[in-house]
Amino acid sequence: MQKTFDIPRELMTEEELLQPGMLSCQGCGASLAMKLALKGLGERTVVVIPACCWTIINGVYPYSALQVPVIHVPFETAAVSASGVRAALDARGEKDVVVMAWAGDGGTFDIGIQSLSGAAERNDDILYVCYDNEAYMNTGIQRSSATPVGAWTTTTPAGSIKEEPKKDIEEIMLAHHIPYMATASVAYPDDMYMKFKKVRHITGTKFIHLLSPCPPGWRIDPSKSVQITRMATQAKVFPIYEVRRWRFSKKRGRLEESWKYTINIYPDRELSVKEYMKAQGRFQQITEEMLHDVQERVDRKWDELIRKADGRPLTPNE
Amino acid sequence: MTGDVACAEGGLAAGCLFFGGYPITPATEVAERMSERLPEIGGTFIQMEDEIAAMASIVGASCAGVKSMTATSGPGFSLMMENIGLAICTETPCVVANVQRAGPSTGLPTQGAQADMMQARWGSHGHYEIIALAPSSPQEIFYQTITAFNLSEKYRLPVLVMTDEMIGHLSERVIIPDAKDIKTVSRTRPKGRKDRFKPYRPGPDGIAPMAIAGEGYNIHMTGLTHDERGYPVMTVEAQYEMMDRIMKKVRQNLDDIIETEGYRLDDAEIVIVSYGVSSRTCLAAVDEARELGIKAGFLKLITVWPFPEDLIHRLAERVKGFVTVEINLGQIHLEVERCTAGKAPAFLVGHPGGTIIPPERVIDLLKEAF
Repeated sequence: MQKTFDIPRELMTEEELLQPGMLSCQGCGASLAMKLALKGLGERTVVVIPACCWTIINGVYPYSALQVPVIHVPFETAAVSASGVRAALDARGEKDVVVMAWAGDGGTFDIGIQSLSGAAERNDDILYVCYDNEAYMNTGIQRSSATPVGAWTTTTPAGSIKEEPKKDIEEIMLAHHIPYMATASVAYPDDMYMKFKKVRHITGTKFIHLLSPCPPGWRIDPSKSVQITRMATQAKVFPIYEVRRWRFSKKRGRLEESWKYTINIYPDRELSVKEYMKAQGRFQQITEEMLHDVQERVDRKWDELIRKADGRPLTPNE
Repeated sequence: MTGDVACAEGGLAAGCLFFGGYPITPATEVAERMSERLPEIGGTFIQMEDEIAAMASIVGASCAGVKSMTATSGPGFSLMMENIGLAICTETPCVVANVQRAGPSTGLPTQGAQADMMQARWGSHGHYEIIALAPSSPQEIFYQTITAFNLSEKYRLPVLVMTDEMIGHLSERVIIPDAKDIKTVSRTRPKGRKDRFKPYRPGPDGIAPMAIAGEGYNIHMTGLTHDERGYPVMTVEAQYEMMDRIMKKVRQNLDDIIETEGYRLDDAEIVIVSYGVSSRTCLAAVDEARELGIKAGFLKLITVWPFPEDLIHRLAERVKGFVTVEINLGQIHLEVERCTAGKAPAFLVGHPGGTIIPPERVIDLLKEAF
């Protein structure tokens, strides 16, 4: 039986900051994710969007889906444009406004990583969200460095499908010593909502990596997009966890570095990587050898994650 | 095939074996085609992490002796500018196709314009000469991409193919001739003693033979001002000498580089100047004008940079005026105006971008101005 989720009451009752007028495709994870993110952040939010699907999704005048201020910026600059907005808001004393950079995987893993790294090293007080649909979907499905092994794209065509594993963006960001890093997925809306609610109160660079299904790019039925995204977590391909850098030491009366890993969602059923991948058209050409390697990598990462999460795997009921 | 596909095919026909790509509307299809075709013929396609990397990679590939190209559009073209300057300074052959879209900034990504023409000329910092071609159909994109490679190899500099969204996405019949009927040029390679080789000592034609990294010649390439040996020299004299070479190799070969076409130009009293997709507007406008008794002719610029200054200057001696038709608000128009030297008036039929200019607008201006 499918697990049902306890959705916090606020999700149902708060005002919608994402209104009709969106131009997303059917089953788009990125639009659902934005709805949940803004529910968590509230209206005192500025959204900074580089070139990505969301430049289009937000709508063309007279329609505009977002009810908060939006700044569209060049592809390579999401994080640092947000840094500029933050600096000005701070100078004006508007400390409670959250500045959220909202970029795709191309704008984060590839062209935007230099500016993201710069902002993270300075620990600029921004929230950076990467909605990762695992390819350049806005220009029509070209590979990015977030595209997984074995995926078809128009620049990794039949006969030369992608062989390189996707970048480990979570560890890249943690290596910048940022105060908060989390993964989230539209398949677990309550978890995602709570994370966006939480980051509002954390100072410094926050990074959230969202797995965001793209039916045309993943070659899946739009009605299955949430289901298949949930399979990614069940197969441990996309674990849902968070890492906090600081904890308050009562003994010493101050913050201490602790790097606390918490796994937020434990798979509620056993699923192999193969089952997750074979549910999608984009992986139809993956070889058994590749699948084997991916499964091994996924298992190893999961074991590492369990170990990092205090070596004490929580049970789903805990 | 579409213009973008024809661009990729033209590159392959010219001998391109490396493409460093990055997706951007409306140029993505060039990269997509190359990602399929290059592995088939033993070449390499790499999708880079941004346009800076795409441009840098083709300069690197060219240094190692392989004909290389990339394709992009406005925002990516901006990011490529620094490395285009490096290719100018190190005299490294390569080809960049800019499938222009309306700007500034993100502009109209899916709608065309011709507004990067001045950026093509002056977009990278410093003073230099560059070659830019402007095709007006998929067939012309095919041929001009080959020409771009040939000029690039011959004169050792980046050559720009300035297409646009309209012809980039336009599907038309493209005839690809047999390989033996396609003339391709490759860079002159050094001969003689390897220990006496100086990478920037010009040959009799003013262009230095280019050694390939790894074949035994000592090479030092730098974006710093350098002497014949390729080593940095921070003197005014070295700057004079280097600039003299990179300017002269273009300025002294204008007749070889510049290509134009005329249509009903011989007895024309009014010259319509255009290039790229807007040429198609002008052909219709000239015929229509002639029917109305206006003696118009059309000068099509195939090479936009270097600009055919002498030709415009000569025409200005005998015609009543010029009309430049282009999808920007006056870029090549300013060049035409400059070259008339006040001898004939110059008018603009411009458009901020997003669509082609209808011939009626040219006719309206002709009626009004002449």
